[in-house]
Amino acid sequence: MAPGGARMSQFGDAIDFIFTSRESRTGGVQIGGSQMLDLLWKHLELSAVSIALAILVAVPLGLAIGHTGRGAFFAQFVANAGRAVPSLALIAFFVAYIGVGFTNVTLALVLLGIPPILGNTYVGVRQVDPDMVDAARGMGLTELQVLGRVELPLAVPTIFGGIRNSVINIVATATIAPLAGVVTLGDPIINASVYGDAGRLGAAIVVAVLAIASEIIFAALQRRVTPRGIRPERRRRMLRPSSRKVPVTP
Amino acid sequence: MSVVTLAQVQLRDRSAGSCEQRNGFCPDWIADNWTNYVDPTVRHALLVALAVLFGFAIAFGLALLAHRRRVLVAPITAVTGVLYTIPSLALFLVLLPITGRGITTGVVALTAFTLLIIFRNIMLGLDNVPADARDAATGMGMTDRQVLWRVELPLAVPEIVAGLRVAATTTVGLAALAFFAGAGGLGGEIYSDLTFKSNIVVAGGLCLLLAGLFDALFVLIERLMTRWRRAVPA
Repeated sequence: MAPGGARMSQFGDAIDFIFTSRESRTGGVQIGGSQMLDLLWKHLELSAVSIALAILVAVPLGLAIGHTGRGAFFAQFVANAGRAVPSLALIAFFVAYIGVGFTNVTLALVLLGIPPILGNTYVGVRQVDPDMVDAARGMGLTELQVLGRVELPLAVPTIFGGIRNSVINIVATATIAPLAGVVTLGDPIINASVYGDAGRLGAAIVVAVLAIASEIIFAALQRRVTPRGIRPERRRRMLRPSSRKVPVTP
Repeated sequence: MSVVTLAQVQLRDRSAGSCEQRNGFCPDWIADNWTNYVDPTVRHALLVALAVLFGFAIAFGLALLAHRRRVLVAPITAVTGVLYTIPSLALFLVLLPITGRGITTGVVALTAFTLLIIFRNIMLGLDNVPADARDAATGMGMTDRQVLWRVELPLAVPEIVAGLRVAATTTVGLAALAFFAGAGGLGGEIYSDLTFKSNIVVAGGLCLLLAGLFDALFVLIERLMTRWRRAVPA
């Protein structure tokens, strides 16, 4: 364990690495500073494409399973099993069996991102009050309208919970993408011999900040897309005794 | 230093047969080399077990505190939420200068990760206790402490165990990166020969097996702790 002063200076060096560029240990390449922006951009690009594709696949599938009730076991199995697959094993499996490169890593991250969204979308639709669905049908809405106008809006907060979980997983796993040939913010961590200890720690700090920032952004998005009627603060107000006088029948 | 040890691990004997040279999936190679995976698997299981154990102890304490003082729920959720959000790999590396290479760093980071899941589920379990049960217990003359330990917590067991199951299976996956902190585990095996199919299948498969075993263990614990459910005639 390093003594206090040395410990602080390690963090100081790491912060310094993030903001100022220098020549790599092995020479020839500029690392740190503005180069971190390139890595950050690649990290964001990979994560954004992956999360978008995961949503495109998992949300419609989860809606269909939740609405029809068919394939419920499948949705739950995928959600549970997906959690147990180590991201490193998944990336390694792609490296060994399918290949490296941006497309392959994206595919791996999409697979990683699907289970939480699929599971939450299914649960979100399922937990909609059956009375509301019946009422919507009674009003003459078609099945597709019931799904789109009643079930989906009410499931949105739960679906977004799944999306937030996927974002966390994908941003974290994009860190080991350099193993499969995509140079993200994980590069200084994986190739520490080029970047040195300061680069490794600096990249870890940037990755942590990025993950927290994206979590905050998605939490805010979740609040915005939640229909007014089911926002928590609103619900509390609705539970309060209403001012309208309702005749009490014995 | 880590580079040196990794290089040594990489010296697998690939000359023995053509299957390894062609990088196929080799049952023979697995049969000859499976003993190499025993220690990392045990270490992996130890990392997960310790993380979930410490995570439960801390989250349980926090939940009891928050159960009594509801204002604490939001800040505890926020802090554990941030810990949950930090990618495990980043946390391992940020902790390195503080706790040094080794199992301590691995366990500390993994424990931090389990807190949110376990805390949230304990709170959920306590909140789901029917008010009637609580009232009945108070009416029988139980003190607050007795109500908590004899009524609320036993009734919250299903939710609490559900949280532990999620925490354990998630931690098995995260522990695969703990070797970056020098804490060992199956991730080291995966990383040491990333392109060798047999290695990936065995090490990855062992991770899944461990996750399944932890899950089964908690299901068993839940059965043992909710005997009261079966005492009620159906």
